[in-house]
Formats: sequence, C-alpha cells, structure tokens
Amino acid sequence: MVDVAIVDYGMGNLRSVYQAVRKVAPHADVCVTDDAQVIANAQRVIFPGQGAMPDCMRELEARGLRQAVLDAAHNKPFLGICIGLQMLFEHSAEGDVPGLGVLAGEVLRFDAHMKDAQGNQLKVPHMGWNGVKHGDHPLWAGIAQDARFYFVHSYYVKPREAGGVQATTDYPQPFVCAVARNNLFAVQFHPEKSAAAGLQLLQNFINWNPV
Amino acid sequence: MLAKRIIPCLDVTAGRVVKGVSFVELRDAGDPVEIAKRYDQQGADELTFLDITASSDDRGIIFRIIEQVAEQVFIPLTVGGGVREVQDVRNLLNAGADKVSINTSAVVNPQLVADAAARYGSQCIVVAIDAKQVAPGKWEVFTHGGRKATGLDVIEWAQKMQRLGAGEILLTSMDKDGQKSGFDLALTRAVTDVLEIPLIASGGVGNLQHLADGVKQGGADAVLAASIFHFGEYTVQQAKQHMAKQGIEVRL
Repeated sequence: MVDVAIVDYGMGNLRSVYQAVRKVAPHADVCVTDDAQVIANAQRVIFPGQGAMPDCMRELEARGLRQAVLDAAHNKPFLGICIGLQMLFEHSAEGDVPGLGVLAGEVLRFDAHMKDAQGNQLKVPHMGWNGVKHGDHPLWAGIAQDARFYFVHSYYVKPREAGGVQATTDYPQPFVCAVARNNLFAVQFHPEKSAAAGLQLLQNFINWNPV
Repeated sequence: MLAKRIIPCLDVTAGRVVKGVSFVELRDAGDPVEIAKRYDQQGADELTFLDITASSDDRGIIFRIIEQVAEQVFIPLTVGGGVREVQDVRNLLNAGADKVSINTSAVVNPQLVADAAARYGSQCIVVAIDAKQVAPGKWEVFTHGGRKATGLDVIEWAQKMQRLGAGEILLTSMDKDGQKSGFDLALTRAVTDVLEIPLIASGGVGNLQHLADGVKQGGADAVLAASIFHFGEYTVQQAKQHMAKQGIEVRL
C-alpha cells in the first residue's frame, strides 16, 4: 500500500508533482500510477492534470481510472490540481464536455478582452504568479494571506454552491481557485511549481487527516 | 493581481552556463545547477535554459542538468535549443522541464508547434522568435541562432504561432541582444498588442530600468535577462524592488 498515489492518465508531465511531494515527504512511499488498484489502496491521492479537458476525460476513461478517482474523491485525502480541479465539476466549456460531477458547477473560459486598471489587455492563458485570498482550511496552515502561487490556465471553475470555496484570485474579477469538501481539496494553481508557498500546501496535504 | 515575471536565462553548453555578445566571446558564468538554485533563492519567477551546444553528442548533458535542477528548484523551468520533433518535447518534459521553447524548428515545420501543443497542452509550448528590424516598424524572423533570414514578418508569425497553439511567445531583438542598451520597445509593444497569449521580452537588458521599461513601455508580461544577473551586477530581488517602486506588480 502506497502513502501517496499520483494519478497518471497519460496527460502531461507528472514528474514535477512527484518531485515536490518527495521533497516535503522524503520518507513517504510516493508513486505515479495508472493502476486503479494502487489508487484504491493508497492512503492519499493526488489528481493532477495538464492539457485540454476533453483529452483528459477521454484518457481517464480509456485507462479505466474514472471509478477509482471518483471513489478516492469521496473517501480519502484527495488533492486535485489544475485540470484535476476542473474535472471534478459537472461540465466544461472547453470542448463542451461533461466532467466527473463530484462538485456542482461548471468550467468557463476567461473573456478574451479583459483589461487591467491601466487599460492594458489581460492575456489568456492567465499565466504566472498571482495572489490567493484564502479561508482557514487546514491546507492553508502557515501560508500568508495573499501569498502568490503559480497559475497557468485559460478556464476557471464556477461552483454552484459558495460553501466549498476555499480561496479566490483576481483576474481582474475574483475567480475561485480552491475548493474543498470533506476529504477533498482542489486548487487551480500549481503548488508543485509555487516555491515555498506551494511546498507548504503540499506538506499540509500530507499531514491532513480529514474526519 | 497577476505579477509581471522576471526570468533569468541560462545559456548552457558543455555543462556550463556561458554568455557572449551575439554568440561570440563566450564567457563562463558557472555551474547551471548552482546558478539555478541561487536565482530561485533570489525570487526568480521562472528559469529558462537554452542549450546552445553545437554537437548533438553532448545533448545528454542538458537532460542531466534539468533533472538535477528539477529535484531542487520548485518554480517553472523552460528549456530550449535543439527541439526538432515531438519526441524531443516529450524527453525534455520527462527530464523535469515544465515548458519547452521552440525556435528554428517552428519555422522549418510549423506543424511541430501544433502537434506538440495538441499532445502536451499549450501551457508547455513557448515559441521563441529572433527578430531583426528591416524597416521602420517592420521586423523579420531569423533562425539558426540569428544567422538565417526567413522572409517572415515577426508580427504575422507571432499571430500564426498563437493560432497553432503556442502558449507564450519569447521575443528576442537581435539588434539589441548583448548591447545592454535596453529592449527594442517598439518591437515588444507591436507584438504584445496583437497577441492574446503572454509575451516575454528578451535581448538588450543592461540595467534594472530596462526591465521596468520592458513592462511599462513595451507592454511585456515577463522580462528575460541573462548577463546582468550572471555576473553579480544585480540580484533578481533588486530587480523586483526596482520594478515595484515604479508601481509594477511583482512577486517579492
């Protein structure tokens, strides 16, 4: 039984996530896996993602991992990252595809013609370090209010219920960048690429024991 | 709000970081892993490695460097140089790169950009453009380290790369590169204004005000510099403080 399973459905490079988890949990048994049984037996599951949502959903299905991810999202410490956050929702405007439906709400694209306060055009993808206004969930322990995390995405989540929102970021309007429910926590940014603040969040996930 | 990024660039050959003026008089700047760690501690927002190795025999070195850096530095890493096919992109990502920069090969085979973006996502595909001014308000794309003219217009080319799936454009002024007289601000502004994706300005930084000008006047989303950081003239932190004083949003 592994301590941390990082779900590999063939989309993008999971090495960064693996390296960062090894850094904060040097003695943990960490693996990158596409084996549903390993995911089912793992104590904690990280669900990352890169690329386009339709491809991610298709690959998840093709590898027979959908049920293992759904089970993990309902019954053990579970961390979604980037597309791994977006896939938890019901529907995405990216390719007009259904998601896993673990959380109520949808995934929308940033407007192409947004401006900042000085009138400069805001680029899409939203790429770089942006401030995160967060609540008091245990995964934020030791992380300053407005700490910057590294983002790269063109779509954002819009939960139907406000209850699970754990953080927002402005671009230029506030959008939801972290959600939680029971044993589940998911973020839009990349903690594995967010220097000290990101490593702290991963450390907090490793130490997290949701009831 | 989103911070403007400062990206130190490490030109790597034979396992060492070097820097020259327009690709001549290469000067040794040290061990890439040590330098990467130093810039990370100084608060660099990303790091870019350009493999300028001429011989394909030495290609393995850059993979080992990236592997070592990725184990110790937890910010985005971009690697460019010698990327010719989708497999090259894959190999660099597997070594620990987060983004891959494509320059000459994008001109030789634009489909490579489309294929790589479709397979690995636009977020990891940077298209690097070397631009040379050919007339007032007009710039041409050059390849092969600036040695070969292509006849392509820089603005049209940047737009085409965006259409094919590039997630970001790294724009280098060949006229300014190594001159330490500042970015080509007219070029930077002309390209960023037609793009929906972020633009990294490169080429010509000689002092900290040049970085601020690249953002304020050039409209760049990120600024890349090499020699001002390598030889200890300035730290990344000093650069950020200088920019912050002028009201530029940075990650301090």
